[in-house]
Amino acid sequence: MNSSTGTPVIEVRDLGIRLNTSRGPAQAVRGVSFALKRGETLGLVGESGCGKSITALALMGLLPDSAVVSGSIRLDGSELIGLSDTSYCKLRGNRISMIFQEPMTALNPMHTIGRQVAEPLRRHTGCSTAEARKQAISLLDRVGLPDAAKRVDAYPHQFSGGQRQRITIAMALACQPDVLIADEPTTALDVTIQGQILDLIADLVEERGMSMILISHDLGVIAENVQRMMVMYGGTVVESGETNAVFTRMGHPYTQGLFRARPRLGAPKGTRLTTIAGTVPELADLPAGCTFADRCGIVEPRCRAALPAVVEVGRSHGVRCLRTDVSMTAPIGAGT
Amino acid sequence: MSVFVLRRILTLVATLFAASLIIFLVLDALPGNAAQMLMGADASPDAVRALTVKLGLDQPLAYRYLLWIKGMAVGDLGNSYVYGTPVAGLIAERLVLTIPLAIMSMLITVVLALSAGIYTAANHNRIGDVGVMSLTQIGIALPNFWFAILLILLFAVKLQWLSAGGFAGWDDGIWPGVKSLLLPAISLAVVQAAILARVTRSAVLEVLREDFVRTARAKGLGKREVLWRHVLRNAMIPVMTVMGLQFANLLAGTIVIENVFYLPGLGRLIFQSIANRDLIVVRNCVMLLAAMVVIVNFVVDVLYAFIDPRIKVANL
Amino acid sequence: MSAPLTATASAIPPGTRPATGFWRRALRHRSFVLGAALSLLVLGAALLSLIWTPWSAYDIDVAAKLHPPSAAHWLGTDVLGRDIASLLLVGARSTIMVGVIAVGIGLTFGVCLGLIAAARKGRTEELIMRMSDFTFAFPAVLSAIMLAAVVGPGMVTSITAIGIFQIPIFVRVTRGSANAVWAREFVLAARAAGKGKLRITIEHVLPNILSILIVQATIQFALAILAEAALSYLGLGTQPPQPSWGRMLNDAQTLLFQSPMLAVYPGAAIAIAVLGLNLLGDGLRDLLDPRLARER
Repeated sequence: MNSSTGTPVIEVRDLGIRLNTSRGPAQAVRGVSFALKRGETLGLVGESGCGKSITALALMGLLPDSAVVSGSIRLDGSELIGLSDTSYCKLRGNRISMIFQEPMTALNPMHTIGRQVAEPLRRHTGCSTAEARKQAISLLDRVGLPDAAKRVDAYPHQFSGGQRQRITIAMALACQPDVLIADEPTTALDVTIQGQILDLIADLVEERGMSMILISHDLGVIAENVQRMMVMYGGTVVESGETNAVFTRMGHPYTQGLFRARPRLGAPKGTRLTTIAGTVPELADLPAGCTFADRCGIVEPRCRAALPAVVEVGRSHGVRCLRTDVSMTAPIGAGT
Repeated sequence: MSVFVLRRILTLVATLFAASLIIFLVLDALPGNAAQMLMGADASPDAVRALTVKLGLDQPLAYRYLLWIKGMAVGDLGNSYVYGTPVAGLIAERLVLTIPLAIMSMLITVVLALSAGIYTAANHNRIGDVGVMSLTQIGIALPNFWFAILLILLFAVKLQWLSAGGFAGWDDGIWPGVKSLLLPAISLAVVQAAILARVTRSAVLEVLREDFVRTARAKGLGKREVLWRHVLRNAMIPVMTVMGLQFANLLAGTIVIENVFYLPGLGRLIFQSIANRDLIVVRNCVMLLAAMVVIVNFVVDVLYAFIDPRIKVANL
Repeated sequence: MSAPLTATASAIPPGTRPATGFWRRALRHRSFVLGAALSLLVLGAALLSLIWTPWSAYDIDVAAKLHPPSAAHWLGTDVLGRDIASLLLVGARSTIMVGVIAVGIGLTFGVCLGLIAAARKGRTEELIMRMSDFTFAFPAVLSAIMLAAVVGPGMVTSITAIGIFQIPIFVRVTRGSANAVWAREFVLAARAAGKGKLRITIEHVLPNILSILIVQATIQFALAILAEAALSYLGLGTQPPQPSWGRMLNDAQTLLFQSPMLAVYPGAAIAIAVLGLNLLGDGLRDLLDPRLARER
């Protein structure tokens, strides 16, 4: 609203998160940096446990009390790390909102959906109960909930998964946030519904000029919905850039592995899905060097010495790999 | 909603009938001749026979059972074998004490338990949590009648603030009556509250882990607001279940506690009647206590439906 | 403890719960150690009373009544001149005996009914569960009152009443955990192999719920001690001259103004026994079945 189009709405610099897990302290996220201008969209992609959801929770200020966050998160230029919970509460649901993965459990079963959608309005805009309810109905209508005016007093269990996700979207959008974080918004839904929900989110983002961070483990979802993307592995960003650029020429062996591992239509019958050997490392005992070293096909001893630096392989296309010279000779991406 | 309540009412009625049948079988059929018991083994057979007829004990068992059921429906519970006065009257004048006592201690229980449970859950694993939880562990281990005796030792013997027993009645206003029920109610409540506080704590902690709590936080609600607006209502379901079950213990507890404080309530009436072999009074008192337990648990079941919107649909 | 360990081996990879680790973990578990120590203290007192007490717990010596604690009478004497310490030791015996038998009754009937409910399902299960719900309407004190009114008070009355009240609790716990075992894959495999329900129950279900039952029995033991104390206090349970903690409290109450300490010792004994068993139960739950361990 007060920021010009040139300056970022949200700017993250060298974000680091230490968590206390049952297996001891773990560096869940290291050196994550990005900036989003108004209306821009960013995708975070990676396997579960790679730190993408933790990053999202850090942006929301919702990490457990025991988590230690370092670096900087700026919303419209003001620092969020170290902000008191009271001040953070004024931003959450107001200027920065989040949609969660599980629509079945993200809603309070005891409250009507109308009340839950109206809650951020009551909290942040101070409008009356009646006014909030009216706005809730129009929001529910906008997200495509059939018969919104009639069903506003129904309870979550009376809706299907897709409908519930529409309700959580209405809830997240209630206060016209500047930044929307969508954490795997379609993972828990039927395939047939997924496209509808993603289209709805895309429409709303465009309509309201929000910035969006979309988190997904699905490369296809990322390819179709965001302008820029970051691939995360073991708590670090291993590759980032314009979505088109990354998909045209993938630089990191992990991104390439993810791309090869996706199921493809039209592949000859009996073709085995390519997989990435090994498993995601435990955050509590990450290797000192490249986090992907143990699963990488072109690993060299120096990869294990220290975390590789980001190599610029194209315009705003960075790859955190020492062996881009080798990895990028074989062109892997949408062009192949 | 209506179907749900209707089904519960049917279960309730069936349970009450089953309870009455068992009580009648144990207290009337099992002992054989109540008149003989009343008069002792060396009474003359003629006198026993006369008393048997007088008390209506010569009628067949089934007839006497039905008579009792019918009597309960119209409020006529028969006459005491010993005093000859209506049992309903005897019980009514004792309930004036027992019901306020039960209500007082349930209130104290709920206030203590909910505040301790919510406080400890909100301060999970901090020093206050550990301290209060250790206290509840000790509280659970205390026999309530011993705790009552300790309270008497402290407040009546040492400090002499309250009397060690007896009931002031309600004639001089509410306060003297409440005052004489204060120690009994507290001693009943503290031990129960210790259990309920632990249940409340774990229920709240469980709900705090739910996804919708994070959603509520993401909307900008503070931790406190989330606790009061979103968590508590969800956590109340297990808490209420235990409260319902505790009510049975509470009534059993009043019987014991009334004896500690020499209170002329239902519990004392039962004991006098056992000593007097006044089985008709025992039978009706036990039935009343069992009915109260069953009815309270029925009310809890129906309350679920009001608290939890999911139940209505599941049962319609 | 070897039975549940070998039986779960089919479901849990071997080596996840080495038997040698149990005692090492147990000795580090604070509430288990404290609970075991208190429980052993009470058990030790009961065993000791079988072979030795400072004085006879039955001999009345009115001349020596209400003595304060001294070298001869460590905790003093009661109104009949009996030695309090000796009464407490023998009282531990009554308490443990009533508790063991009552929990035994509850365990035997409750577990059988619970296993049947889980194995048979349908009508049988419904009937058993309804009956056990119904039993909750009769707290131990109420059943004891009915029994005392008919057959008179005494140890048998209190044991029966407490035992009956224990049954539905064991039915619920058994059925709940047995149902979970019936849903597991190795039971399905056993059924597919043509084993009968009885055999599956004995070979697979029972061993797998044993640790849960042990934990529950420990906690029920504590409840039984509380109930026994209340019934003896009311005069419905253990009868004089057999010493019992509840009865001692009743005797002490009439002398509250003269000798208040008489009311403190037996109550403290009950509290120690109950606290010990509760802590032991909590500790066992954490140690035997980490999945059951509650948030603490």
